[in-house]
Amino acid sequence: MESRRSALRAFVVKEMRHIMRDRQTLTILLLLPMVMVVLFGFALRDDINQVRVAVVDPAPDYATTALRSRFAGNPRFEIVGTARTIDGVESLFRRGGADLALVFSPGFARSLGDGTPARLLLIGDASNPNTGSAMTAYATAVIASYEAELGAVGRRVRIVPELRMRFNPTLESVNLFVPGLIALVLTLVTALMTAISLSREKERGTLEILLVSPLRPWQIILGKVVPYLLLAVANVVTALLAAWIVFHVPFRGSLTLLLVSSILYSLVGLSLGVLVAAVTSSQRAAMLAAVVGTMLPSTLLSGLIFPIASLPGWLRIVTFVVPARWFIVIARGIMLEGVGVRYLWRELAVLTVMLVVLLVAAVRRFKPRLA
Amino acid sequence: MTTAIAVKDLTRRFGSFTAVDSISFDVQSGEVFGFLGANGAGKTTAIKMLIGLLAPTSGDASVAGFDVATQAEDVRRHIGYMSQRFSLYDDLTVRENITLYGGIYGLSDDVIRDRGDSLIRELQLDDSRDERVASLPLGWKQKLAFSVAMLHEPAVVFLDEPTGGVDPITRRQFWEMIYTVAERGTTVFVTTHYLDEAEYCDRISIMVDGRIAAMGTPTEVKQKFGAATLDEVFLHLVRPAEASHAQSA
Repeated sequence: MESRRSALRAFVVKEMRHIMRDRQTLTILLLLPMVMVVLFGFALRDDINQVRVAVVDPAPDYATTALRSRFAGNPRFEIVGTARTIDGVESLFRRGGADLALVFSPGFARSLGDGTPARLLLIGDASNPNTGSAMTAYATAVIASYEAELGAVGRRVRIVPELRMRFNPTLESVNLFVPGLIALVLTLVTALMTAISLSREKERGTLEILLVSPLRPWQIILGKVVPYLLLAVANVVTALLAAWIVFHVPFRGSLTLLLVSSILYSLVGLSLGVLVAAVTSSQRAAMLAAVVGTMLPSTLLSGLIFPIASLPGWLRIVTFVVPARWFIVIARGIMLEGVGVRYLWRELAVLTVMLVVLLVAAVRRFKPRLA
Repeated sequence: MTTAIAVKDLTRRFGSFTAVDSISFDVQSGEVFGFLGANGAGKTTAIKMLIGLLAPTSGDASVAGFDVATQAEDVRRHIGYMSQRFSLYDDLTVRENITLYGGIYGLSDDVIRDRGDSLIRELQLDDSRDERVASLPLGWKQKLAFSVAMLHEPAVVFLDEPTGGVDPITRRQFWEMIYTVAERGTTVFVTTHYLDEAEYCDRISIMVDGRIAAMGTPTEVKQKFGAATLDEVFLHLVRPAEASHAQSA
């Protein structure tokens, strides 16, 4: 037993050396979370110009006309269509021809005149959640300035804009992205890097030497996994720091729970990486398979960029097998809502089941000895 | 003298193709056994079964007294292996490679240090001990790989084309190393493409189409086929096989 433990130790030390020695890769991996958070953050916060507005005005009067001309005159907005009923702009909206709909209620000017709240509805296309919230914020500002102007000439007016988001009704803010980015970075460091490092051994022939040695398959896998797990934890911490320092993204829940969940998610990614390396025959193939099989789903089918609710039904079912989908729910829950295990146990359970299944599959695939 | 490798009717089939067809042979302890054959004759498949990378379809084989099918774990602990592909880690130093292999085979730190030091001295690598293996010339790498495969003092060492691509002087030195370990009692099981190297072996076998077509000391084999060199024997055995392949193809 004593000798086995030291065999594993020798193997882990070797893996650490590989990682430490490849300075370029290490630097990239360590800086990646910060760069990603900052880049995505700024890209998403970027000012939005040329918001295409569809207007629904059932009974045009002086007030709706005035407000419409405010929008028309604002360089940020462009009116792309006007209709009497909401059905008129529906198709425009659906085709993606409009980003924002401005829907007046009938008798808008009359309400302004008699002091009752004048209602209007703003519908934002939130398929990109961040631009969605920014657009409605700008539109609300335009409306508020018109309201203030009327108020200044001595009339008591109240315009009550109601906001509605299409495709992503629960959207809050740019903060939603940070948990998703953490998932993406973890996928990269775990699945992609293990797949590459293991398939490199396969390609160079060193894996054969390991398989002929008394090392057991689980020791080889564990030895590959431990160093990347440490790197993954470091990445979570730097991503959180970058998000907090640069964008003041809140952190409401338990850091311990987030780290534990990240380790769980990383282990899932690592087993995926081992599996990918086991079924591919070259480093290049392993890299492609890891990108297509893990990075793409983690980006596109995880709710990171496209809200899952906006995906077609069959694709929504596919997302159930994407680990990032569950991790993002956990990370958002902990960071933004501050919830604990009581609310997240289902997601944690799903990830645990995935881990067990993948790990068993990985260790099995890794027994080419008795093929 | 005891038997280090005992093979009886060992067979491996892949679907309908029989890669290794009921081969039998024994190798004694301390013997240098040359395992020859053309490419695709089944050498690699046979070795893979002996080192526990592949399960036999039928037949028995034992290495260092352990059954390869049922005691693979024990087999692995008592053998050394050096493949035709370079088997050290390029990005680790000489020292680190030694420490790694010693560790994997469960040697204590003291033993690793002692054996590592003498290994480095013997190979005259004192000045390069902290250099990355990538910077060593190929011949040195191969010699180092062999020494590392011997670090845990295995009963049997398998060398799969260890001298591929190295210059004649290094090959010569390599064979001197092989003799040294054989004299210490280690059994050496070696495959090679160089038939002049086969002459250095105590005994050889020549595989053709999954079967052993000739076996014995190099002199016996040459006598049996009335040939002056092993080259002639090899061509005599391999040609008819290739001719029949050409016909069937």
